[in-house]
Amino acid sequence: MQSIKLASILSAAAVAVALTSTAAGAASAEHGKTLFIQKGCWECHGTQGQGAVTGPRLAPDPLPLEAIANFIRNSTGPMPPYRREILSDADLGDIYAYLQSIPKPQAVKDVPLLNQWASKPK
Amino acid sequence: MPEKSPRMAVSRRRFLGTVAVAGAASAVGDLDNKALAAPAQPVAAKASALAPSAKMAAAETSAPATEAPLMGTPTSDFMVDVIKTFDIDYVAANPADSFRGLHESLLNHGGNKKPEFLTCMHEESSVAMAHGYFKIAGKPMLMLCHGTVGLQHASMAVYNAWCDQVPIVIIGGNDLDAARRPPLVPTYHSAQDIGALLRDFTKWDDMPVSAQHFAESFVRAYQLSMTAPYEPVLLSLDSGLQEEPLENRDKLKIPRYVPTSPPQGDSNAVREAARLLVTAENPVIVADRLARTPAGMGLLVELAELLNAPVIDQRNRLNIPTTHYLHQTGRGKVLIHNADVILGLELSDFYGTVNTYIDNGENTRFPKTKAGVKMISISSRDFYLKSNYQDFQRFQPVDIAIAGDAEATMPALIEAVKKALPADRKAALEKRGEAMRKAWAETRARTLQAATYAWDASPVSTARLAAEVWAQIKDEDWSLVSSDRMISGWAGRLWPMEKHYQFIGGPGGYGIGYGSPAAVGAALANRPHGRISVNIQTDGDMMYAPGVLWTAAHHKIPLLNVMHNNHGYHQEVMHVQRMADRRNRPLPNGPIGTQITGPNIDYAKLAQSMGWWASGPISDPKDLAPALKRAVEVVKAGEPALVDVYTQPR
Repeated sequence: MQSIKLASILSAAAVAVALTSTAAGAASAEHGKTLFIQKGCWECHGTQGQGAVTGPRLAPDPLPLEAIANFIRNSTGPMPPYRREILSDADLGDIYAYLQSIPKPQAVKDVPLLNQWASKPK
Repeated sequence: MPEKSPRMAVSRRRFLGTVAVAGAASAVGDLDNKALAAPAQPVAAKASALAPSAKMAAAETSAPATEAPLMGTPTSDFMVDVIKTFDIDYVAANPADSFRGLHESLLNHGGNKKPEFLTCMHEESSVAMAHGYFKIAGKPMLMLCHGTVGLQHASMAVYNAWCDQVPIVIIGGNDLDAARRPPLVPTYHSAQDIGALLRDFTKWDDMPVSAQHFAESFVRAYQLSMTAPYEPVLLSLDSGLQEEPLENRDKLKIPRYVPTSPPQGDSNAVREAARLLVTAENPVIVADRLARTPAGMGLLVELAELLNAPVIDQRNRLNIPTTHYLHQTGRGKVLIHNADVILGLELSDFYGTVNTYIDNGENTRFPKTKAGVKMISISSRDFYLKSNYQDFQRFQPVDIAIAGDAEATMPALIEAVKKALPADRKAALEKRGEAMRKAWAETRARTLQAATYAWDASPVSTARLAAEVWAQIKDEDWSLVSSDRMISGWAGRLWPMEKHYQFIGGPGGYGIGYGSPAAVGAALANRPHGRISVNIQTDGDMMYAPGVLWTAAHHKIPLLNVMHNNHGYHQEVMHVQRMADRRNRPLPNGPIGTQITGPNIDYAKLAQSMGWWASGPISDPKDLAPALKRAVEVVKAGEPALVDVYTQPR
């Protein structure tokens, strides 16, 4: 069990190093947006990573790259891990760049349609 | 020479059998007869299909023009008399010769009133319309169909109704007498026991063989269907019996219908449940199909307020107003985790309520609850279920299992809680109530924040869709006649739902093809009340039987259909993707076989072709408001309207 945990940590660390260098290099948000669709991320998280009952919100303000990469490579939850064979580190970095590029939404108070309801219960 | 009927000296069935055989023989010998030619049509392209055989053509086209008039009253007239003793407004059917006798009697003897005939284009739609209708009207619709091919079409919808505990009285026409029934098609459409097809998911079925038998069986069928737990029932109705002349009408009796009281839980067990609830630090009430009638919601509110206990609404019915401070569905996970007593009211899946399952290839399961939690169940499923289909879900042991209808048991439980509440608990309960009010407001704030994400996205976000629809109906008396499960529950999370008809849950058995016809049926039930019926309609579901759009237009059923058009069977999109990822194999062209693209279906044109006002497709959220506004005007004028919206997946 310990060796599995260690392997997981080392793997995550390696991914993080690789991704950090990719992200620092030529990470492309535009390519990442294409990959977000191609690789099926949108199916559960929505095209802007907004989240749904099928998957949590990813953007804006995504979690740190290392955390996301670790989850993607080692998930034991309903989302299966995406291994390098189907999602390279470079592609993962581009997807992360896309998530980072998604702007913050308007504040609730500035969206008239979201001010139609009482904020307190009966 | 015709054979002599073994049953009656004067037999309609014997006569018809003779005519049909003779007609068929005549047609076979005269294939060039112009009587077989199709009616005059505009210039048509050359037929691409093979011409029917002579036998088939004769069976399909020979008219009963030489039939002698029936002497006396047809038995099917009496059947209509029986049906009319009930407050049944509608009969949904796709026409079929196995119930032609009853069909004609409903029109001529019954005057096509109570019940009025609804022309349906698929038996699955007939049943699903009856399903949605009941959840608003609170009374069953009658459904007629062929006992074989019609019931085969209908069966999935019947299973949905079974799982959703909805009563529907189904009559399947059948021609039992092999020696007398017409050959070929009517014989293909006959069976020994049509009830066998549905017996695993109907409460009761019978095959009456006389007029008196029909009267008793119909009353029994209706009564059983409307006894909690409500369920569909089936009568197999011999077509010969329908068409025979009635004998001794004055001796026939139609039994009086008396509604059966719903079963209430044992009073000792109820007292013990109350004792656990009043002493709990963190009691949680989970309700699924508790609100069997409009009174159910008020009873649950009364119980919850006595205890200031949070309610998790699993939303197969609207069990508690979404605006109530104890409506805490959005906090379900943490509430279940922290609970020391859980009261489950008509839960369809108690196991799933208190256990986590992860579809990760290892079928990981673990309890959601903490050790020592006490569980109480009040459910009619403890005394009524069947073996084959697994709608009863995995077994969950509980501490107090009360077999009974939960709504009927609520008054006793409320009284027991009042008696058991110690005076010194008052301050603690008030404190809990304040915490619940605060939690409700915090959940609302988080929900609104979540709605802002992808607000301006194209395809349109499901939160935006729900907010835009609400803006157009908020000043109307509205009724959401679809589940909001496929739009991440946004309607329930945002809209104030306070009346029982404002949310009616989903299909029950999750069989696809329910949404559109159930919405039409529910809208029909809303029509006399002048309510605006709104259906958030998924694209895949729509295409199972889109002919129900015609039924809605034909019968002038006002309904706002807002297409949640995500271009796929999205649940399966995700499943196939999950398989590929788990197996470490890419899907270079996506989950082929799950997406509804190439070509895209134009739902506005589809609806327009069947008499609807329709608009779309709309992919820019800024275009939604004007289209929805116009659609609501159309619906308020009494017509159906559809707005096709390209949406985010969920």
